[in-house]
Formats: sequence, C-alpha cells, structure tokens
Amino acid sequence: MVTIDAAQRPTGSKPRPRRRGIQETRGYRAFRVVNGIILTLVVVVTLYPFVNIVARSMSHESYIIAGQVNLVPRGFTLDTYQLLMSDSLFWTNYRNTVFYTVTATVISIVMTTCYAYVLSKKQLKGRSALVGIAVFTMFFTGGLIPNYVLVTSLGLKNSVWAIALPNAINVFNLLVMKAFFESLPTELEEAAAVDGLNTYGILLRIVLPLSKAIVATMVLFYAVAFWNSWFAAFLYMDRQELWPVTVYLRNLIAGATGAENVGSITEANEVQAEATLKAVTIVLTTLPILLVYPFVQRYFVRGIMLGAVKG
Amino acid sequence: MSTTTTLTPSAPAPGPTAPDRPPRAARQTWRRALRRDWQLYSLAILPLLFFLIFRYLPMLGNVIAFRRFQPGGNIFGEYWVGLRYFKMFLNDPTFWNVFTNTLVLGALTLLFCFPLPIVLALLLNEVRARKLKRFVQSVSYLPHFLSIVIVAAIVMQLLSMDGTVNQLVRAGGGEAIPFLQRPEWFRTIYVSSEVWQTVGWGTILYLAALTTIDDDLYEAARIDGASRWRQTWHVTLPGIRPTMVTLLILNIGTFMAVGFEKILLLYNPLTYPTADVLSTYLFRMGFASSNFSYAAAIGLFEAVIGLILVMSANLIARRTVGTSLW
Repeated sequence: MVTIDAAQRPTGSKPRPRRRGIQETRGYRAFRVVNGIILTLVVVVTLYPFVNIVARSMSHESYIIAGQVNLVPRGFTLDTYQLLMSDSLFWTNYRNTVFYTVTATVISIVMTTCYAYVLSKKQLKGRSALVGIAVFTMFFTGGLIPNYVLVTSLGLKNSVWAIALPNAINVFNLLVMKAFFESLPTELEEAAAVDGLNTYGILLRIVLPLSKAIVATMVLFYAVAFWNSWFAAFLYMDRQELWPVTVYLRNLIAGATGAENVGSITEANEVQAEATLKAVTIVLTTLPILLVYPFVQRYFVRGIMLGAVKG
Repeated sequence: MSTTTTLTPSAPAPGPTAPDRPPRAARQTWRRALRRDWQLYSLAILPLLFFLIFRYLPMLGNVIAFRRFQPGGNIFGEYWVGLRYFKMFLNDPTFWNVFTNTLVLGALTLLFCFPLPIVLALLLNEVRARKLKRFVQSVSYLPHFLSIVIVAAIVMQLLSMDGTVNQLVRAGGGEAIPFLQRPEWFRTIYVSSEVWQTVGWGTILYLAALTTIDDDLYEAARIDGASRWRQTWHVTLPGIRPTMVTLLILNIGTFMAVGFEKILLLYNPLTYPTADVLSTYLFRMGFASSNFSYAAAIGLFEAVIGLILVMSANLIARRTVGTSLW
C-alpha cells in the first residue's frame, strides 16, 4: 500500500494561511455557496432513505400503498413492530447473528493478531514470503465453487465454522495491524526479552497492552463485517433456525421481488409481507448499527488511516 | 512532498543471506533462525493453516474446471476432461451476454465510484467550519456500515410502485414504473446505489492525503499568481496522485467481481439481460443446475482475468507515474 510519510501529522491541526478572507475573489465566494449547496444535498440524499424507511415502518398500510409516505409517518401505528417482535424466528435469527458475530470475531482477532505480530518482525527470516502468502490472496482467490466444495466436504455446513473459518483473516486488516506493530518502539520488547520473557509473554504482556486502540479498531472492523454478512449463511445454513437476521431480511425482500430462491439452498420464508413489514424489519436490523455508529465511527477512521499511512 | 510507495509483498528480504550464497549456508541460517525464533514461527502456524486450507486449497480446487466432478465425490473431481468446460462456455451465447454485462457494470462502477470520492474530498477540503465538515463526513460514511442486504432492501423500498421515486414520477405527471423489473433501469439503479454506499467512505484516504500537502506549495503558487482553480489543478491534484493511483489499481482489481452479492439481491429473471454478470451466472450454474465444473471454469476464467487486469494496471502505473502497489 501507499506510504504517506507526512500523514502522521494530526489531521487539520493547523489553520491554513491560504484561507484568508481578504484573498477571496468573487468567483471563490460563489464557489463556496455552490459547495455548501452540494454538501447539503449529499447529506440529504444520504439520510433521506433512512428517514423514509422509518416513516414507512410506522405508517398505516393504506397510506403506503397509496404512495403517500415520504418524510413523516401517515396513519401512525406500531402494530407491525409488535407483529414482528412476536415472531420467534426473527428473534432466533437475531440471536444467531450475535452468536456468529462474537465467535467469528474472537477467532479472527486471535489469528490476525498472531500473524500480524509475526509479520511485523522485520529481521525474521522468511518474513517477505509470509507477507506474500497473505497479500497474493487479495488479488487471486479460488472462487465460489471450489470454496463451496471445500467447506461442504470439511463438514462445516450448518455450523458457525462455515461462517467463521473461511473468513478468519482479512488481509487488509492484517496489514493495518502489522503497520501498527511495526510502529511500536522495539526497546520495550528488547528489555522484556532481557528480563527473560519469551515471545508469547512479550506479545501478551508488553505488546497487547500497548495496542488496545488497534485491537479495538480491529474488533469493530471484524464485528461489523460478520454482523452484516449474509452470503455464507445463505449458502451453508440449510435450516431457518440457523439463519442470521440478514438472511431473514433477505428472504423477506426476495419473496416479493421475484428474485428466485436458488435450488434447495433456502426455503423461502413465506411471510405474507405487508408493505410495512419490510420497513420494520429493515429498521430493526439497522438499529444496532445506527445506535453504536456515532460512538465508534472515529475508531474506524483511525483504523483505516493507520492502514493507509503505513501499509 | 515526500510520498514514497513501498510495497509489502515481494521486497527482497533485507537479511544476512545474500542471494548467491550456496544452499548449504542458507540451510544453516534457516536452522539458526528456527532455533532462535521458533516461538515467533509457532504463532504463524494457525494463520498459515488458514491461508493454506481456505485460500490456496480452493485455488487448487479449480482443477475441477478441467475434470468431471460429482457432488459428494472427490473434491478434486473424478477424471480429466481437458478444456471441455471452457469450450462449452465459449460457445454459450448466454456467457457472452453475461461477460458483456460484467464489463459494462464494471466500467460504469469504475467511472463513477472512482472519481466521485475525489471530488467530494476536494469539496470537503474547502469547508472552513470544522464542525460542519465533520458532520458531513460522519453522515456520508454511514452507508458504508450497512449490510448489503439492508442496502438492497432500502433500494427496493425506494423504487417500489408506492416508493419515493415513483411518487416523484407521478408528481411530474408520469406513470409509475416498476424499476426493478425493467432491464433498461438496472445499470442506473446498481451504479447509483453503489455511489450512495461508497462515496463518503471513499473520501477518507484522500482527506488524509490532502493534509500532507505542504502549505508552502500553495504559498508559492499564489505568489506566482495562480488562481484557486489553478492551485487545485497544479498543487492539490498532484499531491494526492499516489493515493489516486493506488486506489485506482485496487478498484481495477475488483473490476471483474462486480458487486456479486448486491446483484444477487437486486436482480430477477426479468432483468437478467442487463443484470446477470459472470459471478451470478456461475452461481446459478453451480447451485441451480448443479454443474460445478462448468461454474468453476467460469470462475477460474473470471479470476485469471482479474489477476491479469490488476497486474497490468500495476505495471502501467509503475512505468508511467512511478506509483504502484508492488
């Protein structure tokens, strides 16, 4: 990846001298107005779909079918929320999502941390080969069919392993973490080694306590990816009580658009979907992400910066 | 500014072993390295097993593209059939339609999803109120964190007969359109939803690169009488060029695999003429028709083209602008 040396400087730390009012030409003032309008549009266009879905989820069926719901709920009702919340399959699938996310994230973090730590040791013999083994898989993969055959013949179908193991290491995350470990001062580790700590001890007691921020970022990256994933479960989970909630939603929306259920992979969840039911399901699946997003957003940004700055 | 591109993968290992040492000495240093660093190497065992089993074994598994495969049988197939499956899809008119769709969707995605984050980053960079800037950024990142299923569901809601888009169409005096059933609309829908989801997050790396541009360069440009537009053209854009090139190469790397999951969620038999791409076609071939070898042949074809694309892009970038991934 690219190394941007000077990017270590904190973002926007100092005001730019070129931004002085006196130097603003009329053309630039006009630009600033247009810019403001464009950015406002970006915000509106990004947020509108969310507002619309929430409005639909709380509206009465008849207003939706008449095409009258956009920004605010019409014929306010929470009946559909009650309906969905009383569906035990929805909750079972929600629990599955949590369980799959936690299990897969733990495995991923352990694997990624171990490998990234090894790769960060510049003097290690064979290091560039170890890096190459990982990076090559970013650009060439076995493909869907061989993966499916492999997972099936390993007997992983219908278990959490089908979701967790094939995606245990994300190479991008691995490189971000490697870059972070490389940036740590080596003196502490050397001192610990002199004190008789072995490699495992150094990793657990010296390096990891210094790396809480990056581990937190990695947990977030992996957790969001697993929380959002649906395809692995769609492919490998034959029974509806094993689905994550994303597959529940997928079957709900697929039922009504004519997107076929392929083969015997899934049995369509034959919910007679009222117009609001989909909106409510979207809201309830998106909600956890929307709730934590404002608090964790900066960790994501920090993580991707680390990866970009040194990779 | 000092921007260097390093590469991680194939750098020659800086180490005590010169390449022209006799193999015996190399073996000895390996032995020494193993004795000294065996604990480090042991940490790599599980991850290496992961790469071996779940990344490299499937690559080998592609031999079923050249062999007869029976579900439930040997995972590497039963017997050799040579290039039969490749000939089969090269003579399959559906394949060529699907191939064209892949190229068109890939090109459109590249055309919009690559430059728009740059534009947005430049616009954001001109915002002086820091709180406002941060607010716009936070909002624009949000769609990146949604599951593709949720994005597809939202798209379907907005485009349904009673959805917002058709409300606008009716308000304009038109007839409501079942957008998701119309092949002529699929590309527009796909690309705009892709833009909606990726543009904001795509600005991050550019915004980081923008902060690294030396203010003295702007100062000098201004003294030379450069207008703001010319400053952008001659200082800002060259400053973020390495980032642009890197991201362009990465984008080209995903060119062939265009939005498999999203297309799978959004398309239906009515929109196959424009929506069906290589990955979705091979998915149906594999799982609906149980023709695993045929599907694997298409998958291998797709992966090899993808690899060739990214390697050529990398080579061209290195030759022309001196920036590359490796």
